[in-house]
Amino acid sequence: MSKLVAFAAIQGGYKVVSQVEGEYQKALETFPASTKVGFPNTAYYLPVIYSLLGMKVETLEDIKKPLEFSRKLLPPHIKRVNHLPYLGPLLDAGMAALFCYEIKEALRYLYQPDFYLHSEEPDLDAGKIWLGAADDVVLRKRGVEFVDGSAPGFAAIVGAAPTAEIAKMIVEDYQKKNLYIFCAANHNNTSVIQQLISQKVQVGWNTRIVPFGPDISSAIFALGFANRAAMAFGGLQPGDYKKILLYNKNRIFAFVNALGDVGTEWGVAAAGCVNWGFPTLADTDIPEVLPTGICTYEHVVANVAHNDICQRSVEVRGLKIKVSQIAIPCAFGPAFEGERVRGEDLYCQMGGGKTQCTELVKKAEMNEIEDGKVVVVGPDISEIKEKGSSPLGIFVQIAGREFQTDFEPILERQIHHLVNYIQGVMHIGQRDISWIRVGKAAKEKGFTLKDIGVVLHAKFHQDFQKIVDKVQVTLYTKKEDVDKLTQRARGEYKLRDERVEKMKDEDVETYYSCTLCQSFAPSHVCSVSPERTGLCGAYNWMDCKASFEINPTGPNQPIEKGECLNPKLGQWKGVNDFVFKASRGKVTHYNFYSMVHDPMTTCGCCECIAAMLPNCNGVMTVNRDYAGETPSGMKFTTLAGVMGGGASSPGFVGHSKFNITQGKFIVGDGGLLRMVWMPKILKEEIKDRLNKRAAELGCPDLIDRIADETVGTTEEQIMAFLKEKDHPALKMDPIIG
Amino acid sequence: MEEKVAKTPKLADPIESSIDLATQEMIKRAQELGVETVFDRAVAMKPCNIGIQGICCKNCAMGPCRLPLPKDGVKGEDTRKGLCGATPNTIAARNFARMVAGGASAHSDHGRCVAEVFLAVARKESHDYQIKDPVKLLAVAPHLGVATKVEVDGQKVDRNLDEIALEVAEKALNEWGKSEGELLYLKRAPQPLYEKWKKYGVLPRNIDREVVEIMHRTHMGVDQDYKNIVKQCTRASLADGWGGSMLATDLQDILFGTPSPLQSEANLGVMKQDHVNIIVHGHEPVLSEMIVAATQSKEMVDYAKTKGAKGIQLAGICCTANEILQRHGIPTAATFLQQELAIITGACDAMVVDIQCIFQNLANVAKCFHTKLITTHPIARMEQNNVIHIEFNEHHAMEDAKRIVKMAIDNFQNRKAEVMIPRHKATQIAGFGVESIEYHLGGTFRGSYYTLNDNIINGRIRGIAGVVGCNNARTKHNEQHITIIKELIKNDVIVLTTGCSAIAAAMHGLLTPETAQVYCGPGLAEVCETVGIPPILHLGSCVDNSRILLAATEVVKAGGLGKDICDLPAAGSAPEWMSEKAISIGHYFVTSGVYTVFGYHLPLDGAPVLQDYLYKDMQKMYGGMWDCEEDPVKHAHKMIAHIDRKRKELGIDKARERVLMDMADRQKLEMM
Repeated sequence: MSKLVAFAAIQGGYKVVSQVEGEYQKALETFPASTKVGFPNTAYYLPVIYSLLGMKVETLEDIKKPLEFSRKLLPPHIKRVNHLPYLGPLLDAGMAALFCYEIKEALRYLYQPDFYLHSEEPDLDAGKIWLGAADDVVLRKRGVEFVDGSAPGFAAIVGAAPTAEIAKMIVEDYQKKNLYIFCAANHNNTSVIQQLISQKVQVGWNTRIVPFGPDISSAIFALGFANRAAMAFGGLQPGDYKKILLYNKNRIFAFVNALGDVGTEWGVAAAGCVNWGFPTLADTDIPEVLPTGICTYEHVVANVAHNDICQRSVEVRGLKIKVSQIAIPCAFGPAFEGERVRGEDLYCQMGGGKTQCTELVKKAEMNEIEDGKVVVVGPDISEIKEKGSSPLGIFVQIAGREFQTDFEPILERQIHHLVNYIQGVMHIGQRDISWIRVGKAAKEKGFTLKDIGVVLHAKFHQDFQKIVDKVQVTLYTKKEDVDKLTQRARGEYKLRDERVEKMKDEDVETYYSCTLCQSFAPSHVCSVSPERTGLCGAYNWMDCKASFEINPTGPNQPIEKGECLNPKLGQWKGVNDFVFKASRGKVTHYNFYSMVHDPMTTCGCCECIAAMLPNCNGVMTVNRDYAGETPSGMKFTTLAGVMGGGASSPGFVGHSKFNITQGKFIVGDGGLLRMVWMPKILKEEIKDRLNKRAAELGCPDLIDRIADETVGTTEEQIMAFLKEKDHPALKMDPIIG
Repeated sequence: MEEKVAKTPKLADPIESSIDLATQEMIKRAQELGVETVFDRAVAMKPCNIGIQGICCKNCAMGPCRLPLPKDGVKGEDTRKGLCGATPNTIAARNFARMVAGGASAHSDHGRCVAEVFLAVARKESHDYQIKDPVKLLAVAPHLGVATKVEVDGQKVDRNLDEIALEVAEKALNEWGKSEGELLYLKRAPQPLYEKWKKYGVLPRNIDREVVEIMHRTHMGVDQDYKNIVKQCTRASLADGWGGSMLATDLQDILFGTPSPLQSEANLGVMKQDHVNIIVHGHEPVLSEMIVAATQSKEMVDYAKTKGAKGIQLAGICCTANEILQRHGIPTAATFLQQELAIITGACDAMVVDIQCIFQNLANVAKCFHTKLITTHPIARMEQNNVIHIEFNEHHAMEDAKRIVKMAIDNFQNRKAEVMIPRHKATQIAGFGVESIEYHLGGTFRGSYYTLNDNIINGRIRGIAGVVGCNNARTKHNEQHITIIKELIKNDVIVLTTGCSAIAAAMHGLLTPETAQVYCGPGLAEVCETVGIPPILHLGSCVDNSRILLAATEVVKAGGLGKDICDLPAAGSAPEWMSEKAISIGHYFVTSGVYTVFGYHLPLDGAPVLQDYLYKDMQKMYGGMWDCEEDPVKHAHKMIAHIDRKRKELGIDKARERVLMDMADRQKLEMM
């Protein structure tokens, strides 16, 4: 009975709007109207209001407009008989309430700045379990997972399950399906998050279980996240509400699970979510709304059994998720990647300074190995004492008709996240500095080292079936075997590094495209060359080559670079033709080596953004983890807003951290020596490579001449420093001209 | 010698005349009072047996030539011909064409009148009207090639509204008589439809010219190829549907407001014994808008009270009723066939009429009661001496309206004792339109016809039907309308309705959301429940059939149901048609791609070749064709069969699969 839903939700709309109007009035009496309001570190103001209405709320005064808009949006109440149509009014009431929920949360930030913990993980010891709005750093970092499909969507769970065990079961099921779980609101004085904590489940962005807040209004943070994704990655303009909502319907696979009694305030929020195409599934007996149209399939589904709710939700949203079934005793999936094994939970560990832990993938002849063979040479976990440690060598041999030595490092790099995907097991580092920590819970479930081999065998077959025919894994746990393997591995690493580093753009005729993020940024096309890795930092030329071999019709396609139109700026006819087609005519050409002249486009998920500083005759770059101001006058997130969504923006370019030290980095504009400013953390992170590259360019102390935020965050402030340090950029030709 | 006893006139059987209780009671009442009505005359006088076949030619003084079908049909070569040699096809086509001309000119002249008022308003010459819906003005302007933005110092800024209104008025009026080009609104149709019109050479040049050309071509000895005559019918009817009628609707919305859903009532029971009852009847809202304002003014209400009335009850008949219902919720008193009955209640203090569908017999009936019958339009007067003519003029509109209302109030005390208002009336939800349907299918933020399409694709809704048109005293009042509508919704076909068909549905209580649970198939019922709508949507008056054309276009544009109106699982119907306007409407629906079934009878029987051309060959050109079916259940099932054929052609005749999307599917999505 949709009428009952409409009746109740519209009442809820009046209630919410009136309440928030009252709170706003009180706030105006308490604070000056010019008081700043907003969510931490975001360039999108109050993102739902900004994205849909185009209104920028920066001060208490600014709240007035969207609040009045919400009041006007409230439709008349629904009559019992001979009522007027109510679907449109119901959706409008939902919107009005959601705008008000966002205002309510902004007021909460104003009154209680410390209510939410501005962090990716809660601080249980301090009793700070609610994280509040995701800032833009989290948005972009996590956004990449939505973009590339490693997170197919999110489940917004409101309320609490009847028992903590049920809450755990539901959430773990979503984790196994790789979804993010956004939690808000409470029921019976508890919430899913509190239930999970009581069950010792790790919550936080790292395990994809996000504790937004304790009230239904906190659910607005989930929608704010979704709408920012539409603007950041989809290139949609604030105020273009129709497109933003349809973008969500078509591309962001989210839904609501209402656990507990659905009152009018939840009801109106659910109605609001329907505008996004996000359906609601409830575990209680509420009226259903089954016909389709606003959502892809049903709008409200009721009385869903708890052990069925995950599968039903995914189906109702029209989402296909392939869950890899792997024969190990623990749950497995990307949602467990960020989970930690803390000191008190630790059973045993390999590597991490105490012992050696080394990984090596090597090509083998077909007759040399046996597929599926996993041997542990030496003692397994059962023979390691609690809190003990052991050396470990993971040696993977792969045979395949299409397998090439070049693919070895690519598969080897998978070991990190694949081992991390195991619930209760943590993997840090790579190569000969790996570190594996096994939690007590995993041990209790029966985890053994052999399971690492089982996972690698299964996943290598699954993800790389085109090039992998046989996989054999040997796990060494005796020190002498591990040392031997390590020695051999180090030799291999050296050979590989030299091969990659020597590779130049001029050496190859084929570049690769990457359109992995076109699901979110439909007109964006990355081109990856040996000296320009993908701007997200995740894909280099070799990765793309392998990806193409593995999936010839996939997102990485070879581009014959063809006639070189401009060797200095890096422009090729073949690339232009490809980009024109792949961007659906939106982008006609771009340059690989310039940020000043027609730079490459970005989807919005770049690791760093370089911007021109004309007064310093140089450039700066900022990584997305740095939240502060920069000399360009914009924070990272504002910069990304200016140039994301697949547009070519002269004066700005997105790039990976690694790219900074590659040979062709903005070489058309003068190269790395133009770099006059970088955040300190970025300098630290790439220090070794930066120094090496700078030495090659004849300026070994470049790092000390590059300013950072401790020097200043305006061009004027850093100019004096640059002069004092005699920065090479100052003597170069004018950057524009 | 015995005195010649006057033959007692034949009287209608009330139960056989209508399915509506109020009507039955009032026919009985009229007969008791010895007042003759259309129902009685229909019994007393049979239709002309030859004219009904469509082959009586009186276009020259050598005739009338009558070419009835031989009793046992045409055997071998059809040798029938008039004095000039005109074949049955030529004669029936000429008669058909002149009906199109009559209908198209009625709608278009109505439109012109509105356009002239609009121009007066735009020129600030009329103070009683103003532009009530600037949003619609801005939406309509681009279709007439009127810019809504101007460049000032290199910046695009909003253009002054008065300026836009004036240019819209001028451009609109120009459509009636421009010397070059084609009608501007034709481009609002789906592109493939426009291309078809172009291909067959039927793009109307201007509104008036196409009617004149019909009259010329059907003059003695001009066009004598029925296909060529039908081609001109197409051009003239498109100039009605996509021209005169559409302009009338748009300009009326801009002037008087675009309708949005509201609640009201219908049937004679809306009249009130203790109120001054004023009935407005006819078609144009120009006058009735002012009457609405006048009757609601405190001045008039107070005046009514001084005369012993509790207030003023305004109600409408025919499309005037629909116009003021859609925009103001004024209740509907009656359909076309009930117009005399409204006076026979004895409670009608004034009946104000303008144009079209007004019985001359109203004057005779009014004579038997105290009712003032007031004609208001210079082109529509009556010979009887009890009819008062107050010519209405937009320059002193409110003054005229008040004069009329005052006259009705003054007449309240003249009522005779025998007042009988039937108690029957029903609640109705009306006020739908292209814009409000879009809103209600998803609200401010997600409003879109796609919601409708999606439910057609998934099979909850089988298809869309337009059920429109008049009443006809040759059929049982309202029976065809109601039977067809009920049969359609039972089979999950959503119904869009206008004109007297809409009034009939309202009277019988079908225009309420509650109808869905009682009469609809399960799929349609579920959608109605979700959106909160009745399964039958009242879209307004007969010029508002243009709203159905635009709604169909919106459905095409929303996607998933083909590229043209003729691809849609949709059909049209005029179950109880009687006026020439219905023929023009029918023909513009057919040539816009809609399978259109008429009830009662079409005057084509005498020319079977022409009949085949209209019923079958038209489909090959425009995708739509004519049909006629008197039996209402068969009538509905012909429409449903067509809808099912279209569903099959679209590949949506099977249950829709639930498509689950993975990342690769999403990467293939085009940007919206």
